[in-house]
Amino acid sequence: MAKSIAQEFVKGLWDEVPPFRLVLGLCPTLAVTKTVENGIGMGMATTFVLVCSNILISALRKVIPSKVRIAAFIIVIATFVTVVELLMQAFVYPLFLKLGIFIPLIVVNCILLGRAEAFASKNAIMPSLADGMGIGIGYTIALASLGAVRELFGAGTLTIWEKSIPIMGAAFEPFKFMVEAPGAFICLGLMLCFMNIVGKK
Amino acid sequence: MREMIKMVIVLTVLSSFSGGLLAALRDGTQARIENQQLEFVKGPAIRKILEGASNNPVADRFKIMDGEVERSFFVGVVDGKASRIAFESFGKGGFGGDVGLMVGVNLDDDKLVGLGVTTHSETPGMGSKAKDDPGFGAQFVGLSTEKPIQVSKDGGQISAISGATITSRAVCSGATEAIRIYQKLKPQLMDKVKAFK
Repeated sequence: MAKSIAQEFVKGLWDEVPPFRLVLGLCPTLAVTKTVENGIGMGMATTFVLVCSNILISALRKVIPSKVRIAAFIIVIATFVTVVELLMQAFVYPLFLKLGIFIPLIVVNCILLGRAEAFASKNAIMPSLADGMGIGIGYTIALASLGAVRELFGAGTLTIWEKSIPIMGAAFEPFKFMVEAPGAFICLGLMLCFMNIVGKK
Repeated sequence: MREMIKMVIVLTVLSSFSGGLLAALRDGTQARIENQQLEFVKGPAIRKILEGASNNPVADRFKIMDGEVERSFFVGVVDGKASRIAFESFGKGGFGGDVGLMVGVNLDDDKLVGLGVTTHSETPGMGSKAKDDPGFGAQFVGLSTEKPIQVSKDGGQISAISGATITSRAVCSGATEAIRIYQKLKPQLMDKVKAFK
């Protein structure tokens, strides 16, 4: 555990970006990235849950008996997911409607349980916080960039804060395949490929 | 044995803490969530359908029991007379689940005055046009409540959105369902609406 807190944070932004490097959390990655806005919203909700659950699990790591640790982690994660769900309904209702079922499904996102099990349950609070922030922000950026590519080609716009900004001009014929599920797979594959090419150099 | 007791205690404390937190948060946000739901999901559709109403339809609402189900009705006062009514219905079999509709009916001549999609999970840019393209909803205005509504492919009156026949069908089935609700509850509606005159 020679890594500094800053290193724990930075690793989530490139070396261990969940969808591209760890290939975790793909269900929401493929399903909600139809627009940039959805990607950012989903990423931020996940980041909040990840940071809170990492902190709490790290704080409780000596109290939780190892035989029931998974159950305890799930309780903690599910609680924070419900908190996010209620807060989103109360304050950013339109976004909640778009993300729909994928907000409650954050509970079963492998990234959360993965970080809790692999990191927070073995490390002190500060590194766990940094780890949660790094992975969460990396996830948000990954979802936003995937959303941007898909929306740009699939609809010719970029949506930020409820406003669709046309980028491609009137002559552009939207490539609707990109906003459909197969488009998500292909787009994700190409981005994985891109990450690997850049990483090798 | 000691470990066992510890496991039970830890899980119990954790669960009760989580339950308490969530209950408190739910109490705190419940009123706001209800307002947001009316405002964002149904508000715009209701106001558009009851255009020209001199009252606030979201505030002037009442409920009628339809068998087991409780339905909300929004009243629009036009020219000093409560003659328009808007209510919700669901179109089954959309591409991404049920399509929520708000349907307006003119109580004087039994004709539709408007239809708007409130909630849906249709494909953006295709099925979502049912909500975003005003031309689609406009086709329903003035239709009679005497016969079911269908897309032209099925021999009906509505031209489907190109590339989104399934969504268009779901909207039509929702409109037909709305007509059925209207016909069934009309006597009670007339009674209730009298209070607004």
